[in-house]
Amino acid sequence: MADIRYLAPRTLDEAIGAFAAAGSAARILAGGTDLLVQVRSGIVKPGVIVDIKKISEMTEIAETADGGFRIGAAASGMALAEHPRFGKVWPGVLEAVNLIGSKQVQGRASAGGNLCNGSPAGDSVPAMIAAGAIVTVQGPDGRREMKVEEVPAGPGRTNLKPGEILVSFVLPPRAPGSGDAYLRMIPRTEMDIAVVGLGVSLTLENGVCTAARVGLGAVAPTALLVEAAGAALIGSKLDDAALEKAAEACRSACRPIDDKRGTIAYRVKTAGVLLKRTAAIAAQRATGK
Amino acid sequence: MNLVTNNKWIGQRTIRPDGMDKVTGRAQFAADTTMPGMIWGKVLRSPHPHARIRGIDTSKAEKLAGVKAVVTSRDIVDFTIEKGAVMLGIQDMRWMCRNVMARDKALFPGHPVAAVAATTEAIAAEACKLIEVDYEVLPWSIEIEDAILPDAPILHEFNRWEGKPSNIMSRIEHKKGDLTEGFASADIVIERTFTTRPVHQGYIEPHACLISVAPDGKTTIWSSSQGQFMVRAMTSMLTGIPQSDIRAIPAEIGGGFGGKTIVYLEPLATMLAKKSGRPVKMVMTREEVMRATGPTSGSRSTVKIGVKKDGTITAAHGTFYLQAGAFPGSPIRGAAGCSFTPYDIPNLLSEGFDVCSNRSKVAAYRAPGAPIGAYAVECVMDEVAGALKMDPLDFRLKNAAKQGTKAAHGPTFPRIGYIETVEAAKSSPHYAAPLGEADKTSGKVRGRGVASGFWFNAGGESSAQVNITEDGNVVVTTGHPDIGGSRAGIANICAELLGIDYRRVSVIIGDTQTIGFSNLTGGSRVLFASSMVVTQSAEKVIQTLRERAAKIWNIDPEAVKWEQGAAHPVSPNAGQFEPLTLKELAEKAPAMGGPIGAGVQLNTQGADGGFGTHICDVEIDTELGIARVIRYTAVQDVGRAIHPGYVEGQLQGGVAQGIGWALNEEYIYTREGKVDNPGFLDYRMPVCSDLPMLDCIMVEVPNPKHPQGVKGVGEVPLVPVMAAVANAIHNALGLRFYSLPMSPPKVSAALDAGVRQAAE
Repeated sequence: MADIRYLAPRTLDEAIGAFAAAGSAARILAGGTDLLVQVRSGIVKPGVIVDIKKISEMTEIAETADGGFRIGAAASGMALAEHPRFGKVWPGVLEAVNLIGSKQVQGRASAGGNLCNGSPAGDSVPAMIAAGAIVTVQGPDGRREMKVEEVPAGPGRTNLKPGEILVSFVLPPRAPGSGDAYLRMIPRTEMDIAVVGLGVSLTLENGVCTAARVGLGAVAPTALLVEAAGAALIGSKLDDAALEKAAEACRSACRPIDDKRGTIAYRVKTAGVLLKRTAAIAAQRATGK
Repeated sequence: MNLVTNNKWIGQRTIRPDGMDKVTGRAQFAADTTMPGMIWGKVLRSPHPHARIRGIDTSKAEKLAGVKAVVTSRDIVDFTIEKGAVMLGIQDMRWMCRNVMARDKALFPGHPVAAVAATTEAIAAEACKLIEVDYEVLPWSIEIEDAILPDAPILHEFNRWEGKPSNIMSRIEHKKGDLTEGFASADIVIERTFTTRPVHQGYIEPHACLISVAPDGKTTIWSSSQGQFMVRAMTSMLTGIPQSDIRAIPAEIGGGFGGKTIVYLEPLATMLAKKSGRPVKMVMTREEVMRATGPTSGSRSTVKIGVKKDGTITAAHGTFYLQAGAFPGSPIRGAAGCSFTPYDIPNLLSEGFDVCSNRSKVAAYRAPGAPIGAYAVECVMDEVAGALKMDPLDFRLKNAAKQGTKAAHGPTFPRIGYIETVEAAKSSPHYAAPLGEADKTSGKVRGRGVASGFWFNAGGESSAQVNITEDGNVVVTTGHPDIGGSRAGIANICAELLGIDYRRVSVIIGDTQTIGFSNLTGGSRVLFASSMVVTQSAEKVIQTLRERAAKIWNIDPEAVKWEQGAAHPVSPNAGQFEPLTLKELAEKAPAMGGPIGAGVQLNTQGADGGFGTHICDVEIDTELGIARVIRYTAVQDVGRAIHPGYVEGQLQGGVAQGIGWALNEEYIYTREGKVDNPGFLDYRMPVCSDLPMLDCIMVEVPNPKHPQGVKGVGEVPLVPVMAAVANAIHNALGLRFYSLPMSPPKVSAALDAGVRQAAE
């Protein structure tokens, strides 16, 4: 029944100071669409809530000098959707971020929160992994960078050190002929949680795949980078044999559980189906068709 | 019957009286009410599926600062098993008293064992944790097949079935003709067994109440329910406060679908308020709603149908086992009584078995039991039609019940509209349209299915008061919570009868101390029954108005007619007078005999059953096993659509719930016997984007025993849906599913098994 202290610092240094000082009792509030639900249902009882939305770097969406993007960890899905260029360059990442919750939730929910919530089923994470996103984190010991796939540690856990806050995602510049896509399997058509989620980012030169990354969610304790699936596509013309090999790589990467959302067999099978469908959309976008 | 076809307001899509408040957020639901000095109540619930309660120590909770009262089963009136049934409607108070607060045993996870009222919700929740309950944990069973095993853990030790302790609490049967002879004369006999999972009514508004008990015992209840009189009676019986001291005020209701026809919180909040001297508010969380309020039964049904080669049904046998949950009372009457009723079957046995098990007590859900039974019967009907190579609608027409058919559950039918629904389905644009091409590259296929359904519909007690205001407008008060647009229907009828614009009729719902007894909103009875009492009240008002005009004109009242909102002489012979409008007569009322108004109370009779026939198209993603409904038409005999918009709303709502039940909704249990999906994220009701526009065809075969021809319409539309979807999936895949829900993992596994079989 202890009261919750709510802080809304204007600078990152202040935020890190307050967050680190409060220790394990503190929680970061970005959109709050996971945190507030967890507080209401009694899963977490934070002593301190540090709201990071008042820090400008945290909500900024900027194109970098080399043509990439830097997205503040607390930038909302709706802000990302309204950005004039982002969705044209990274349509797959955008569609993944925009699948989090409902329209109303999109006004608050962020990719940073989705990643730090640590759910294996977070929709934006496989798309970010496929995109090769690098995250910047900052803590009492300064700033460092991590690959996005290195952030989740297991259900509800991350590899951020005590006192560290996720600051931003950097997405690399796009080579010509690149495209990305994200698909998830849900029993409903919206307002649901991924039974399997899969992101593909690839580059085609004269019909030949020269780069490919595959991110896979909801089939293991964390979202996964499936390197073998990307490798199976690289060098191919995305022919049936290559796609089947990539699908098999996705199926092999699955370490799912039987639960209320799906069976092991179903999740494994679905991972392969989604690989083929997602790759087809990414390829279509890469060739501009 | 006085059926006017040339109506001005009946049949119009008028604006509902409660519409503006609802879309602007002004409507007051139960959780919106507050009072000065109000405190909060919380319930401590059993974590165990089955446990003997050896003792409860509330002393630590009582000492916590901020706690104002604690109640346990000692504070709730005990209806002992030995003294026999004490019925209130269909509810036995012996079970109700034990459901609202566990006595000797906790029978499901979520079963209340104590309740606390404190100055804040957080303190009340903290206090619940300080209550020490000494449980002796017992073995348990949830599924029917486990609960009916000879060595199953017994929930109610007093109960005997075939001489032995059992969880089978009762059996019902409807019988006609000779089953053995009937099956012997059949050319084709098909028998199948089906299972369905428990599904929740899924109302958006959780149960909530605010209750104040004054020092003199006068009690006021604000709560959301399907019947303020039910709330008053049950609260009275469970607390010992006389009904005359309890004023139950109905809040706007955020959905009920049958689930709010019993009480959960009101007796607890009343006792907490009485003990603390403070108004007590209680609001369930969604998790509490899912764990502890009634879903409907899971089931296990076996249906056998025999036919001659020409398609004539010679015999049918249905056996329906329904989960009652912790206490007896599953809807076996609906399953056994409704499932075969669309058909004229000479030899029939329809049996229902009521089975207790360690999950929450079922509550009514839209045509209770009927959709469960119809799912099994209508799937076998489809399979039989397939074996006969007959169109499934033609097969139904050949065997359709009609005027004069003796239904197995008792009545010989008067003029009914079943055949009309099948014929309307057959000639519908939907049935004539081709299925259309699915996108084959992603492994999609389409199919179409049909199914029919029946629901009894109810009449019963209703009261109304129609008053003319001093400025010549109308206030109608009835006693039924409006869950389906009944106020809009009443406004249309009253405007029609009085000959005035519907906007001059204000329709409100009275509380228990301001309007006469009115039974529950349930059984699709409200517009049927309340329009009867409103019509009679309005006719009395019109009689008064004619008498007033006659007095003013100094002629005989019989020489005055009421038309277009005014009194007129019946003919020039009666006298030459300018019409006297309602407004003018209202103004003259004080001088001409006083206030104008009338009330009528009736136990209404003559409710006719309702029939529907549905057509469903599905598209199945065979790679992922996802079935989506892409087109749906619900045809129903609606008697007379007083407000077509809300009749369609009922049809569409029922279909949407049935599609959820068919495809994704189910209670999932952990190995510890607890509900594993107590929220809308993992209890998957359909969202808007899951559904196509749900088309409605309203067939109007007026009820001759009702002044406006009304038949209940709210429950029938859920009855055929799961079978229609299942039959469509069979048509698409050539695979039959004998269990619900037909969720993606299940469909996918069946397709894989089919592929494997073909390969072997």
